[in-house]
Amino acid sequence: MSKFSLWSIIQNGLSRQRGWQRQWRDPNPREKYDVVIVGAGLHGLATAYYLATNHYVRNVAVLEKGWLGGGNAGRNTTIIRSNYMMPGNRQFYEHSLKLWEGLSHELNYNVMFSQRHHVTLLHSPAARDSAARRYNTMKLTDSDAELWELPTLKKEIPHLNYDNARFPIIGAAVQRRAGNARHDAVAWGYARAADTYGVDIIQNCEVTGVVRENGKLTGLKTTRGKIGAGKVGFAVAGNSSRLWQMAELGNLPIETHLLQAFVSEPIKPLLDHVVVFGVGGAHFYISQSDKGGMVFGGDLDWYKSYAQRGNLPTVQDVCECATSILPCLGRVRLLRHWSGLMDMSMDGSPFICKTPIENLYLNAGWNYGGFKASPASGWYFADLIANDRPHETIDHFTLNRFRKGVIIDERGAGPDPKLHG
Amino acid sequence: MLRINCPFCGLRDYSEFTYGGDASVVYPDLDAGEDEWHDAVFLRENIRGLQRETWHHVQGCRMWLIVERDTLTHEIVGVEAAHPEWAKVIQSQASEKKDQ
Ligand SMILES: Cc1cc2nc3c(=O)[nH]c(=O)nc-3n(C[C@H](O)[C@H](O)[C@H](O)COP(=O)(O)OP(=O)(O)OC[C@H]3O[C@@H](n4cnc5c(N)ncnc54)[C@H](O)[C@@H]3O)c2cc1C
Ligand SMILES: [Zn+2]
Repeated sequence: MSKFSLWSIIQNGLSRQRGWQRQWRDPNPREKYDVVIVGAGLHGLATAYYLATNHYVRNVAVLEKGWLGGGNAGRNTTIIRSNYMMPGNRQFYEHSLKLWEGLSHELNYNVMFSQRHHVTLLHSPAARDSAARRYNTMKLTDSDAELWELPTLKKEIPHLNYDNARFPIIGAAVQRRAGNARHDAVAWGYARAADTYGVDIIQNCEVTGVVRENGKLTGLKTTRGKIGAGKVGFAVAGNSSRLWQMAELGNLPIETHLLQAFVSEPIKPLLDHVVVFGVGGAHFYISQSDKGGMVFGGDLDWYKSYAQRGNLPTVQDVCECATSILPCLGRVRLLRHWSGLMDMSMDGSPFICKTPIENLYLNAGWNYGGFKASPASGWYFADLIANDRPHETIDHFTLNRFRKGVIIDERGAGPDPKLHG
Repeated sequence: MLRINCPFCGLRDYSEFTYGGDASVVYPDLDAGEDEWHDAVFLRENIRGLQRETWHHVQGCRMWLIVERDTLTHEIVGVEAAHPEWAKVIQSQASEKKDQ
């Protein structure tokens, strides 16, 4: 694969852009691989990349039922932050943010990571106290965090609705190193880099069953025939329960819910930050893409679903939130909206763990925060698969944490998947 | 729009209701073992396809319903009262009122 550089741009500029090659191969599946990852979303692709680079495991396939990056990878609102507080989550998401900071160079692919600040609006002294606790924890654990008073916030983002009598804005909790990235570029960047090391990314290849001999998996049944595997990793987000049941492992602490996202027609530069508004049951986040579209979203649709499409009351809710904090958006038109399948877990935290089958590994339970997690998720999942033991950071990202009472409930919402975020 | 045909109130938009969860979950006896409780509280079949699930008509009659819905297509194929005994009481009270 040719490297992207200033030189390659000049060279192709002089040769009518004819020198660019395809970015990854489209191989036919081989008979057997050392490791087979199911799901070519961000987590599966990142896992394959770190297996190849950190662990020199390169006889790897990533199987994808559709096209790579066509699941949640290509459907999210791209927010990246590490403002998690619970032990385990704190270290994990901080590591992820650090990986993001070097990702474009590491992959030789511009993922357009933009550290434009993540600004959570605060509306009451109680909210400020709780944010202070969280953001102080972050500062004490190797991260950056700030609380902004109203004058600072007004200077940074002048056009928010500061006149709201019901939910007055009193300040904001801010992480400056947070921001967003271009989701498709992340999938393509990992795919291209993994492919360079010989990883086979096999699209239009749905896993339909497992082949089990003497308690171990020896391969997977797919729509493109049987594929042998030394080790298998599941990274299929909203379809985790289905794969788990194909392996006859029973039920997971996961429910699949739908989350919608929205983009407006492109407008001139309006918003330099990621802004989050959450009060009185509302939950809303917004940023502006490089093309100018306002990208935003809110809560789940609140009922379990595998449909990848949502209902209108949520559209109304989310647009009401938009105009209540940014009234200037009132006449901006909605361009598109869509939805994805979230693997909502019982405490809102993920699983990167071993399973009852000795050569099967699970990566699941990302809720609607798995975009920011993808580099670290791939990093730790590759480490787990290669070394067959969890790294201490992910010690509690296991399925038996509920049994042991070490739940990682960042929101304190209890065992109801739809209440986490 | 998802619409649920409440046996007490008629056809209503789903936004009048709150989704409860998988109706097949049965809580064990209070003195049942940890394993049984763990499974009931934390594990879900997470069906893709027809599922029996609970909904609460919060903005209407406030009765809990059992809805049979396809989680892939959102099609609803059946709705019934979650507590048929209560439903009977309510209905007989309603018909008494009519008679008066
Ligand atoms: C609307 C929306 C907004 C979001 N916003 C944010 C955000 O702002 N910040 C954030 O951090 N996170 C966000 N998320 C969450 C994030 O997108 C997901 O947690 C993350 O992308 C999940 O990991 P993934 O990329 O590997 O999943 P996916 O891209 O869904 O990958 C899983 C893949 O597995 C494949 N697959 C499934 N079954 C099979 C099978 N049987 N055989 C073969 N392949 C199979 C699927 O086709 C899919 O491509 C959002 C999600 C959505 C839907
Ligand atoms: Zn009713």
